[in-house]
Amino acid sequence: MKTNDVIFQTVAKVVFFMIIFFAVRIFFAGHYYPGGGFVGGLLTSGAIVLLLLAFDLKTVKKILPVDYKWLISLGLLFATGTAAGSVLFNVPFFTHAYDYFQLPLFGKTSLHTAMLFDLGVYLVVIGVTMTIIQTIGESE
Amino acid sequence: MEILMCIVAGMLFAAAVYLMLSKSLLRIIIGTGLLSHGTHLMLLTMGGLKTGTVPVLGEHAASYTDPIPQALILTAIVISFGVTAIFLVIAYRAYQDLGTDNMDQLRGSEADD
Amino acid sequence: MSLVHWAILAPFILAIFVPFFRKKAATIHTGWFVLILPVVLFVSFLQYLPVTMNNNSITHSAAWIPSLGIDFSVYIDGLSLLFILLITGIGSLVVLYSIYYLSKTKESLQHFYVYLLMFMGAMLGVVLSDNVITLYMFWELTSISSFLLIAYWFDRDRSRYGALKSMLITVFGGLMMLGGFLVLSIMGGTFSIRELAVQAPDLYHHPLFLLAMILILLGAFTKSAQFPFYIWLPDAMEAPTPVSAYLHSATMVKAGIYLVARFSPIFAFSSYWFWIVSAVGLFTMIWASFNAVKQTDLKGILAYSTVSQLGLIMGLLGAGSAALYFDSLDDNLYTAAVIAAIFHLINHATFKGSLFMVVGIIDHETGTRDIRRLGGLMSLMPVTFTLSVIGAFSMAGLPPFNGFLSKEMFFLSMVQLSELNLFNLETWGIFFPVLAWIGSVFTFIYSMIIVFTVFTGKFQPEKLEKKPHEAPAGMLVSPIILAVLVIVFGLFPNLLSYSLIQPAAAAIVPSIIPSGEQLDVNIYFWHGITAELLMTIAVVLVGIILYTFLPKWVGLYNYFPGKVTLNNLYDASLYTVERGSNSITKSYMSGFIRSYLVYIFAFFIALLGFTLWAKDAFRYDASNTSPIGYYEIGLLVVLCVATATILMAKSRLTSIISLGAVGYSVSLFFVIFRAPDLALTQLVIETVSTALFLLCFYHLPKLSRHEEKMSFQIGNALIAAGVGITVTLIGITAHSTKLFSSINEYYIENTYKKAGGENMVNVILVDFRGFDTLFEIAVLSVAALGIYALIKLRLEKGDDSVNENK
Repeated sequence: MKTNDVIFQTVAKVVFFMIIFFAVRIFFAGHYYPGGGFVGGLLTSGAIVLLLLAFDLKTVKKILPVDYKWLISLGLLFATGTAAGSVLFNVPFFTHAYDYFQLPLFGKTSLHTAMLFDLGVYLVVIGVTMTIIQTIGESE
Repeated sequence: MEILMCIVAGMLFAAAVYLMLSKSLLRIIIGTGLLSHGTHLMLLTMGGLKTGTVPVLGEHAASYTDPIPQALILTAIVISFGVTAIFLVIAYRAYQDLGTDNMDQLRGSEADD
Repeated sequence: MSLVHWAILAPFILAIFVPFFRKKAATIHTGWFVLILPVVLFVSFLQYLPVTMNNNSITHSAAWIPSLGIDFSVYIDGLSLLFILLITGIGSLVVLYSIYYLSKTKESLQHFYVYLLMFMGAMLGVVLSDNVITLYMFWELTSISSFLLIAYWFDRDRSRYGALKSMLITVFGGLMMLGGFLVLSIMGGTFSIRELAVQAPDLYHHPLFLLAMILILLGAFTKSAQFPFYIWLPDAMEAPTPVSAYLHSATMVKAGIYLVARFSPIFAFSSYWFWIVSAVGLFTMIWASFNAVKQTDLKGILAYSTVSQLGLIMGLLGAGSAALYFDSLDDNLYTAAVIAAIFHLINHATFKGSLFMVVGIIDHETGTRDIRRLGGLMSLMPVTFTLSVIGAFSMAGLPPFNGFLSKEMFFLSMVQLSELNLFNLETWGIFFPVLAWIGSVFTFIYSMIIVFTVFTGKFQPEKLEKKPHEAPAGMLVSPIILAVLVIVFGLFPNLLSYSLIQPAAAAIVPSIIPSGEQLDVNIYFWHGITAELLMTIAVVLVGIILYTFLPKWVGLYNYFPGKVTLNNLYDASLYTVERGSNSITKSYMSGFIRSYLVYIFAFFIALLGFTLWAKDAFRYDASNTSPIGYYEIGLLVVLCVATATILMAKSRLTSIISLGAVGYSVSLFFVIFRAPDLALTQLVIETVSTALFLLCFYHLPKLSRHEEKMSFQIGNALIAAGVGITVTLIGITAHSTKLFSSINEYYIENTYKKAGGENMVNVILVDFRGFDTLFEIAVLSVAALGIYALIKLRLEKGDDSVNENK
């Protein structure tokens, strides 16, 4: 699919970053406001799909040289690793911990291990969606 | 509203089952998609509708809607996406290799092995 | 988690790294890396000897599933330490032997060592677990690793057959045993073997006692290849010889012995235990030794001989259980049987291990194990010959080897049994020494066959595939070590008496030993002219005569009915089950997906509809509902129209877009019903999946109705309407009846308190119900990889379409 729609491409470039920022924001907000790993991951992959529509597979592959299958395994590693990590602290599998910290720039922030788990979910969702779409797209 | 939603979910189920029983592959896949929509609406209805504000503590409301069905549905939505995707690919591969999407002709038998 | 726990887990952990060793250090035989572990474990477990020698024990506990009372507790006493040393000691020798036996270029060593390590860990788990559920888990793991190892050369029919057979029989036994464990834990209220043993006298009067005992014995008998379950062991000999030496002779098959020994303190109060264990053991011994004589495969002889020796040990344990009938140690002759059992267990591991390795060498160097093709190898393989003489003579019970001592002790216990005035032994007791003697005669004969038909007689090079020569030195190390042990234990048996035998025996009969005292274990060569010595002499004389005239009477075996064997019974029943289930399955599996869906939906309607009707469960209560607004009405109309469009659609594009419309209206419903997370997710998912549909669009067929008949359509519509109505009725009923209050209060309260979050839905997903999410993303990953494989990997039936459509 080779398109030469200049307007679409230009808009896509801008909108791509907007969606990505929105996705990241929604991902981090997940513990307090609507959002989280699933939605964040889906939005991110939605942004990449937009790029795919605007340009073609090869160009996007050049821009984002990511093997999404690795992303899946990385995400699973994060998720299981967070869950298994609790065993090291002698608490049952999957026990999360959190605390509040005073960070520069952010002020009082709470840091969760649940966030790490959600990061795993986020990565897996991106990896899965993009693997599916890329694979089907490539099989012309 | 809840009674009405139950009827709507039932209708979605009926449409989904009708599609799934047909002979065309694509209609079967669309049927499964409808089935999951019906299930999600049904699940949500079971928790009670509009019983409070959104289940976010920041709202400081007296009552919240039931968060459990929502969590279950969120899981189900993403899973049904995966299921739809894999159905699509199976259908497409089957069509490509066998040249038909008629379920009558796609039936496997021991003689083929 | 103590160090002992890690010792059990260490083999599993090492197994993970085996493929890397194989790949990254291909020039070094993988076995060398593996060898380190059993050696280290052996040495480190030796430090527990001083503890167990005083009949003390060590317990370490780690929580596993505390809510079910299942923990991973390990228990080291004399009995388990003996088995640990066997497992790690023989394990080291077998790994060393395998380095020379398995070629590093031709064999897939990574599989072999992964399975072997898995077995080693599982076996350590079996003998160390105090919790019966943990024990069961490791028990089944040994069956699985044995299955994998037997089928190591999986391209051979016999290997697969043998693997399947051993799996079916031992797993059957394992499941029975699990049942027994559960019954036992219901009786005693605990999963811990030690705690159960304390309650033994009470358990004896429980009505389920006999059931638990028989189920557990089934597990032990299948694993230890007792009659009639022994048939899997000869077929298991298809495994590589190191495996046969390790699993099917020295360790795994002794797990059944271990189980019987471990549960003796619980069950031995019953005369059934005494009778079943000793009778089955002795009968197995005589039956298997009788059958060993007619085998022509060297490993076949050893397999039957292993069965027979296991029967002997089992019989001794059964006889020894009589000891628990008495309260005191004084004058209690029956502990002798337990001591003999333990001693013979050690001896059997040494001489049978070396014999298996010798047979492996013969197989390796000549290319055959058939005794009809072998002969006259004495001068060509002098070291191997010497080793086989030591092993076989020990097995036959000849001095000065260790087999002689334990055989004498065996005879002594059997003679004593006939004099016992317990369990009606006055009348039946005489059978024990007679059966033991007959079994020993056959044992003598097959031991002689192993030595003399192979190494003496005529050398027949024309029948051999290779030119035979002595084995390489590395291959001889392990059997030499074992043969040296055979002699050392024979000459100085009291090296073992109080270090290994006494603690192990004391663990089997704990109730009769006062604290601080020990059993008397003194093993002597010379007792004077006693009954058992006369029996041995008679065995040797009769054995020599029978062996000399073997060709004259071997025809006797032909009189046994060839068809009515246990093996044929096994094959026939397996065949019948396969045929039967196949024909039943075929009768309703039409291969047409619609039929299956019709079954499912028909059952759905029938079952749920029937329940609703029969239980009079339908309720209608519209009082507690929320108001209906204009938005909702509008959305409902859109939803219905879109659904109807899909049903009527004639083109693909229309139906795909209508499906999208349904999805978007559902997400708007989520907005109205205060579910922002869902609305967001649904919105994005709908977009992505519509994109997906459109991507597949070009590849998908045109939407065609495939001339569906009117009756077909009406049938479908009826089923569809049935499902829809059932779902609606259930929904309304469920809404109208509130039997208990919702659990959501818990989440609302604890979202901030316990999980430190505010968005309940997200907190439920990542924290409270994190397992769901974890498995969900796992499922998604599987789906993605499945799609990738479906499209990218096209291994079609050898045609060239592999490259098309790329």
